Amino acid sequence: MNQKEKIFQIIISVANEFNNGLTNRIPVEQGRDAPLYGQEGILDSLGFVSFIVAVEQAIEENTGVAITLADEKAMSQRNSPFRTIGTLTDFVLTLLGNEQEKNGHD
Amino acid sequence: MTDLPVALVTGSRNGIGEYLVHWFVDHGYRAIGCSRQLPDWTLDQYEHFLVDVTDEIAVKQMFSLIKQKYGRLDVLVNNAGVASMNHSLLMPVSTVDRILAVNVRGTFIVSREAAKLMQKRKFGRIINIGSFGVPLRVEGEAVYVASKSAVVTLSQVMARELAEYGITVNVVGPTAIETDIIRNVPREKLQRLNDQLAIKRFGTFADVANVVDFFARPESDYITGQVIYLGGA
Repeated sequence: MNQKEKIFQIIISVANEFNNGLTNRIPVEQGRDAPLYGQEGILDSLGFVSFIVAVEQAIEENTGVAITLADEKAMSQRNSPFRTIGTLTDFVLTLLGNEQEKNGHD
Repeated sequence: MTDLPVALVTGSRNGIGEYLVHWFVDHGYRAIGCSRQLPDWTLDQYEHFLVDVTDEIAVKQMFSLIKQKYGRLDVLVNNAGVASMNHSLLMPVSTVDRILAVNVRGTFIVSREAAKLMQKRKFGRIINIGSFGVPLRVEGEAVYVASKSAVVTLSQVMARELAEYGITVNVVGPTAIETDIIRNVPREKLQRLNDQLAIKRFGTFADVANVVDFFARPESDYITGQVIYLGGA
């Protein structure tokens, strides 16, 4: 499994966990297109906070790299990286790439 | 992983922080502390991290280790703080930056990371250290007192944001205690400050621990966003 697929699966499993407690479930069957947060999003603002924290922790547990998803750049991007599971996957990959560069191995 | 409750105290090398980690261990906690320099003491059931609370990456690394090793965090006491007594007209901006960095930014970073860990178990107690200088508007401490005002407001807003996760956020505001932080303040000034209190004496570490104990208890789950000043300040 490549890194992109791995991250995607981690996010899907967090979404599945979340769906147990949500009345408005995240449509994980839509895969990368499943909406998360924003105009078409499923999560309300509190749900969004909890979801982002859960994704950060799951990424750290699975990859050993601690990332901060809600950085200034992400919060101010015109196209929010939190729109869908796909955009979030890509964003996590970028952050992981940056972290690995910082640590001097890629 | 541990079944014992876990408490983290920042700025635990000496003073109130050192007293509190001993207090937590005596009361059945696993205690963790951090500071920029190593303490000159050790303690069973206590682990020390060399971390500057203003360093986001170092704080995150510390929390990764806490998560791996202990799997939980029950109580956080944001005790790390710096003060510099100066008339505003003589206060260097670099000192302003340092005070705000440690007292406000540091408190925020550690609280944020702690809350991420606490929310997993839907339980947490964040206890911030304020100062009697806020209600007393102590002259010569404008920036320090402003930073502690910020800590109060930060705590009150975070109390609302984190209630959902079973995390309370409260503040204890000590009076003058004979620690490092006031060692350069003239004795007569301290006496004048004590005279403005309802109870006119220096505070003690035990006075602080008593309020920390109250906020930390599981039964205090309906107490949040509150500030308790010692001595009737």
